[in-house]
Amino acid sequence: MEEISILIGGKAGDGTRQAGHVIASLLNRIGYRIFFYDDYPSLIRGGHNFSVIRASEKRIGAHKDMIDIIIALNQDTVENHKHRLKADGIILYDSKKVETQGLGIDFMSIVKEFDGKPIMRNTAAIGALAGILNLEWSILENDIKNSIGKDIDLNLKIARNAYDRIGTSLKPVRKLDQQSLPLVTGNEAISLGAVKAGLNMYIAYPMTPASAILHYLAAHENELGVVTVHPESEISVALMALGAAYTGAKTMVGTSGGGFALMTEALSLAGQSEIPMVIVECQRAGPSTGVPTYTMQGDLNFVVYAGHGEFIRVVLAPGDADEAFYLTGLAVNLAWKFQIPTFVLSDKHLSESIFSFEPDLDKVKPEDPLLWDGQGEYKRYLDTPNGISPLAFPGNAEAIVKVSSYEHDENGITTEEPGQIARMQRKRLRKRKALADELGKYDTVNVYGNLESKTALLCWGSTKGACIEVAETLDLKVVQPLVLEPLPVESLKKALSGVEKIIDVEVNATGQLAKFIAGQGFCIDDMILRFDSRPFTVDNLLDSVKEVLS
Amino acid sequence: MTTPKELGTYAQNTWCPGCGNFGILASVKKALADLEDDGLDLNKVAIVSGIGCHAKIVDYINVNSFYSIHGRVPPPMTGIKLANPELTVIGYAGDGDAYGEGIEHLIFSAKRNIDMTFIVHNNRIYGLTTGQFTPTSPPGFKGRSTPKGSPEDPINPIEIMVSAGATFVARGYTKNLKHLQSLIKAAIKHKGFSFVDVLQPCFTFFNTYDYYNERVYEFSEQDHDASDRNAAFVKAQEWAYGEGERIPIGIFYQIKKPTYGDKLLAGRIPVRLKPGDIGPVLKKHI
Repeated sequence: MEEISILIGGKAGDGTRQAGHVIASLLNRIGYRIFFYDDYPSLIRGGHNFSVIRASEKRIGAHKDMIDIIIALNQDTVENHKHRLKADGIILYDSKKVETQGLGIDFMSIVKEFDGKPIMRNTAAIGALAGILNLEWSILENDIKNSIGKDIDLNLKIARNAYDRIGTSLKPVRKLDQQSLPLVTGNEAISLGAVKAGLNMYIAYPMTPASAILHYLAAHENELGVVTVHPESEISVALMALGAAYTGAKTMVGTSGGGFALMTEALSLAGQSEIPMVIVECQRAGPSTGVPTYTMQGDLNFVVYAGHGEFIRVVLAPGDADEAFYLTGLAVNLAWKFQIPTFVLSDKHLSESIFSFEPDLDKVKPEDPLLWDGQGEYKRYLDTPNGISPLAFPGNAEAIVKVSSYEHDENGITTEEPGQIARMQRKRLRKRKALADELGKYDTVNVYGNLESKTALLCWGSTKGACIEVAETLDLKVVQPLVLEPLPVESLKKALSGVEKIIDVEVNATGQLAKFIAGQGFCIDDMILRFDSRPFTVDNLLDSVKEVLS
Repeated sequence: MTTPKELGTYAQNTWCPGCGNFGILASVKKALADLEDDGLDLNKVAIVSGIGCHAKIVDYINVNSFYSIHGRVPPPMTGIKLANPELTVIGYAGDGDAYGEGIEHLIFSAKRNIDMTFIVHNNRIYGLTTGQFTPTSPPGFKGRSTPKGSPEDPINPIEIMVSAGATFVARGYTKNLKHLQSLIKAAIKHKGFSFVDVLQPCFTFFNTYDYYNERVYEFSEQDHDASDRNAAFVKAQEWAYGEGERIPIGIFYQIKKPTYGDKLLAGRIPVRLKPGDIGPVLKKHI
């Protein structure tokens, strides 16, 4: 398989992430499929940031530890990552700032030659990289024109100068006969999936790693037909969303674990009042503030069990950008069809990594909820055979719509009468059957790798990409439930039939999925858990799986 | 034409006899009926309440309603108003959930000047939880959680609301029913965030009728320039929810300012928005 991994590192403020985006875009333009991993500490200036751009002939969903080219804008990049360099790898470095072996270029002197700004060291580095990769100048030229907003001529001169300094192409990459694909982060895919399902409003309070959903939708409000709101707290976010959904606006909220903790009273209110609620929970390393800009799959239990009282919910766990698109669309549609809270459970690794994006866009569309037909007297909580009551919204000339956090009768008026109470709880929980039937129309468990293998890697969410590649190398099967609640027990049984050894792979310390499904009779043989707040890489997981199998 | 009586529901009223809430309920129904005569479409009214004795009011008025949770009245109101700005949104909160658990939402609603009306049933006691001190109880108040007397001074919500940016700030008293009706009507008609603190005695746990009857007086625009922010503060300081001989009721402050909805939505109505085409946006990702 034709592939290359490039790491670019520097201080926060050096613009390495932006430079990484340009590199990913260059490789995308010559037909490569991309996975982009971004690693940054929780600070604004200084520290050490790096990005890994992995480009491959095939679609990929993970990066590797081993690197072909390291671009070092500071000494830390060399010290932290030189052990990752392949035997035939190259370090391209800023010769004024970094001491090491490899290809040193005084990027700053090039910048100064053209009276550029210090941040344009990146442009020089990208120019040099393009030379190393033997890319046609016109590809780089176009990319700079497209991706750099200002000082285009200046950036072009700097890039060209650095490009011309590279005499021989040390790591030529072959142009592939494949179309370029959109490069999309998990958060962007979540945004687009929601919009495609008819999202009207997105309400959120900033919290890493979910903030980019708010930024993206706010920046594209008019094109995407969405109103975005940034209120005073996550408590307000969740309750505003319920107010908006009660009024008929398809609304989504997004946050990380700490913010979701503040939303749990509203979650129970959604359960009692049957107001549709869509929650994106982008996990990060906890507990509490934890490690804010790094990843963890630590909130599965929290999301599945959050809220007081008993009510139905759906938890969906996408493993890459395409699935983030589909499953967010599904989350919006299910919330409205069943008038329940639905979750998209992401994490930093999915939300902030970049993927080559190729979903079937037409598979997600707004699906009509059950609307009141206008006949007779409107009852918001009409007791129906499948538990779903027709919706009407305030402003309807014929209906008075009363919703309540209290137990209530069919009209939404408070009740404390035992028969009524039991009846309404039965009505709400009865939706479980119709929900299961609906979920049956979708893929709820994915399988990959050698489907005949007696050994399966069990994973959920963002660990999917690394698991698939390891399974392909070792001839194993991968089983990935996409729906975690209600757990698709039959589909999971089918996916695991014939499997004699299940190895659970999770980015948390206790194996939350393993324990969760154990309650349904699934026995796990081994667990590979990573909980240093870094995601599995392909090579790192490969070593761990080999160890378990030996 | 809907009469105040027709605005009722079949829900059995469970307030204590003598409760000040009856005055608020009657005033609101009368105000809504009057406003309907002036052209308000009652099907485009949505009311929201928190949790506590006050909150039962949504069960007693036959219009669209959202019975929220303690302290969380302004956020659902805001969601409703933003989702469909054509609706008239009225919130009811007790002093516990307006000034205690959810005060940040109240302050932000005022700061935003969102076009909705917020009525506080201020009995200065937690009634439904059987008698504890609230943020507006008098200093030294002996309640079930503070048998030796409350160690806190009360807050002055009138001052807070003027400071925070509310564009209509008023206080009423449930015994002065006609005055209260006129305040509520004016509040609903006002375009911007309207705040009405209603002195509402709790007959069972903190009977303040005699205290208020001796001290409350109505002021009018002849006595007070409601467009003057400094004058509003001076008027608000006449009585700080503690000791004091005279308690003014009326409109402390009223000005015109652009609303949050006007600025945030710029004419958009979310419930009628059509999803945008993601194709052109995706092209920018290549």
